[in-house]
Amino acid sequence: MNKLKLIIKREYLAKVRNKSFVVMTFLSPVLMVGMIVLIAYLAKLNDSESRAIAVLNQSDYFSNSFNATETISYIEFTKLDLETARDSALAMGSYGLLYVPKSENLEATTEGVVLYTKESPVSYILNTLETIFQNRLRQSRLTKLGVSSKAFAHIEQEFEINTATFEGEQNVKGINEIKAGIGGAFGYLIMMFIIIYGGFVMRSVIEEKTTRIIEVIISSVKPFQLMLGKIIGTSLAGITQFAIWIFSASLLLLVATFFMDIDLAALSAGPAMGSNAIGGVSQLQAGMDSDMQLYAAEILKIPWLLLICSFVLYFVLGYLIYSSIYAAIGAAVDNETDTQQFIFPIILPLMLAIYVGFFSVFSNPHGPIAVGFSLFPLTSPIVMLMRLPGGIGEGGVPLWQFLVSILVLIITFLAIVWLAAKIYRVGILMYGKKPTYRELYKWLKY
Amino acid sequence: MNHILVAENVSKKFGEHTALSNISLEIPKNCIYGLLGPNGAGKTTLIRIINQITHPDTGAVYFNGKPLGPEHIATIGYLPEERGLYKSMKVGEQALYLAQLKGLSKTEAKKRLKYWFERLEIGDWWNKKIQELSKGMAQKIQFIVTVLHEPELLIFDEPFSGFDPINANRIKDEILELKERGTSIIFSTHRMESVEELCEYIALLHKSEKILDGKLSDIKKAYKNNIFNVGLKLPMEKNGTLASLQEKYTITDQEYNEKENQLNFTMQLPDEHTTAALDLLKAKGNINHFNEVIPSANDIFIQTVNAKINE
Repeated sequence: MNKLKLIIKREYLAKVRNKSFVVMTFLSPVLMVGMIVLIAYLAKLNDSESRAIAVLNQSDYFSNSFNATETISYIEFTKLDLETARDSALAMGSYGLLYVPKSENLEATTEGVVLYTKESPVSYILNTLETIFQNRLRQSRLTKLGVSSKAFAHIEQEFEINTATFEGEQNVKGINEIKAGIGGAFGYLIMMFIIIYGGFVMRSVIEEKTTRIIEVIISSVKPFQLMLGKIIGTSLAGITQFAIWIFSASLLLLVATFFMDIDLAALSAGPAMGSNAIGGVSQLQAGMDSDMQLYAAEILKIPWLLLICSFVLYFVLGYLIYSSIYAAIGAAVDNETDTQQFIFPIILPLMLAIYVGFFSVFSNPHGPIAVGFSLFPLTSPIVMLMRLPGGIGEGGVPLWQFLVSILVLIITFLAIVWLAAKIYRVGILMYGKKPTYRELYKWLKY
Repeated sequence: MNHILVAENVSKKFGEHTALSNISLEIPKNCIYGLLGPNGAGKTTLIRIINQITHPDTGAVYFNGKPLGPEHIATIGYLPEERGLYKSMKVGEQALYLAQLKGLSKTEAKKRLKYWFERLEIGDWWNKKIQELSKGMAQKIQFIVTVLHEPELLIFDEPFSGFDPINANRIKDEILELKERGTSIIFSTHRMESVEELCEYIALLHKSEKILDGKLSDIKKAYKNNIFNVGLKLPMEKNGTLASLQEKYTITDQEYNEKENQLNFTMQLPDEHTTAALDLLKAKGNINHFNEVIPSANDIFIQTVNAKINE
């Protein structure tokens, strides 16, 4: 035990004192917040940019149609022929020239409309202009059919179905996605942690092999102790790094929003609807209309304690499984370039878990695929966490599935660590050969 | 209890490959025991078994009369052939870490390190990183780390590789000093001249089998074949002399220096025949030298291995 503590301490200090680790730790939050601020700033900048369009309108149908908006202003050309208008529009530096020809009727006129621009036009200008013509055409066709625009507005409407649980509680649309999203954020965190720090464990094993210190060390400690100490030490360094990241990123974000007056809520409200916890919080702040209150209530109903406890459980087990595989790979090879063939099969289930999670769990958290992947030990830490925000028991994950998934995970953990330790034990003393899977299998029997 | 280490019928297989077959060894206390053999003979496997890095498939190893177990790790010091240190770790920290892994307390380790750093003139490298050191300096630190916990049994695998001749000598003296203080030492090497100088006992491994072991002086005795180098100063021409000698004995490597009238040759005698041979030689001329050819460890090594290959 004492030796294990020594190893953990050394691995932790070796990692934490490493220059690139220190730089990464303190630079990443700055970079991350910088990115967010930059995106927010650019989005703001983009919104306020206004473009001028020259209009050569020779017809009578569109005399009052072009009204300046926040982003587009119009310059009316009169009594010019097309050639001159094009030249002068270019000379004025306007974004483009909209040419509306004179024809006998509206339909023919719209057929002849051309927008001249230097490069292919940006989509929002095209959309705005197209809407103008669409509306005008619709209006004229409605008149022909004898329908007033008031009547049309009355006809045109969207319909939403109300949903409720059998207990009569009103259901909130999209809450499944929000819940899976919150679980998904935890799952994603596990995946990132495994890939980053599993890689660290692997490189650290390779370093011991290439510096040839390994034989000196394992004449004092058991290879298994060394492997375990390495995994624990590295993950403690990782947790330290994550803690610093979360703390300093939130601090910086707070400072940035305070000083630069950037509306973060606006950023996350739209497409990122409920994709993470911040989205949920911002919705809390965004408004107090009834839908938002429902969402807030649903989010508060998520069993956070269960979620966080199982996150820790799945995180520890999942990380130990994967990082011992990484350690075994590091032991099997002589240098990092040889690791590729072994790394891919590790990344595969992780990626699969994330994608299956996002496609399958989002649409149906209790469907057969979601259940299958949340029981399979190499994907369960991620997929099960996506399902768990629905709770355990009625309406959520059946208790037996939760228990079976943890049981299978623990059994797998023991088996994998045992296998990895065997490969590790043999591999660290093997030099000069690029191992194949067949050879790894043979090592298991040594 | 005269043996620090006893191996009984130790065998080890790696898949199809046999690394050790039925090896039995007895390593006496307080001696330097040479473990010799060509590459791939199984020396490293045997050493790893003693260090409990790997375990034998069959057979047993006894340390001080007790079956080898985890409690013996702290009483063994091992300098592997493939050795190294953490490149980016500071010298002092690293030495402390490795000493603590062998069970020394931090304060005790620090005290002893200071002593050894002074003794081997390592000086103020404590806070330097290994990558800033020369190879020889790193090897010295490696040596210190190996002996620091004052083990009862020390295992050196090619201890002199990486040292310049001066420092190699320095390390040799340290090894002898350690032996004087009562440590038992296993010494694995290809460098036969150091075997002659250091080892009292040797074992020769070849292709996973032990083909020879025992006290070096006994082995040498067994390997000498009554071959003598002779130098004779002749009073007259040599031809008759050589011919008459060849009638009685097998003569090889003869050479004749006309200026000095000196005849040098090697002769093979039957057992217990030196006096008779000397009498004969005395009659032929003045004997300048007459000495028995004692095979070097190197000769024995090559001779036995070749004999084994020809079998």
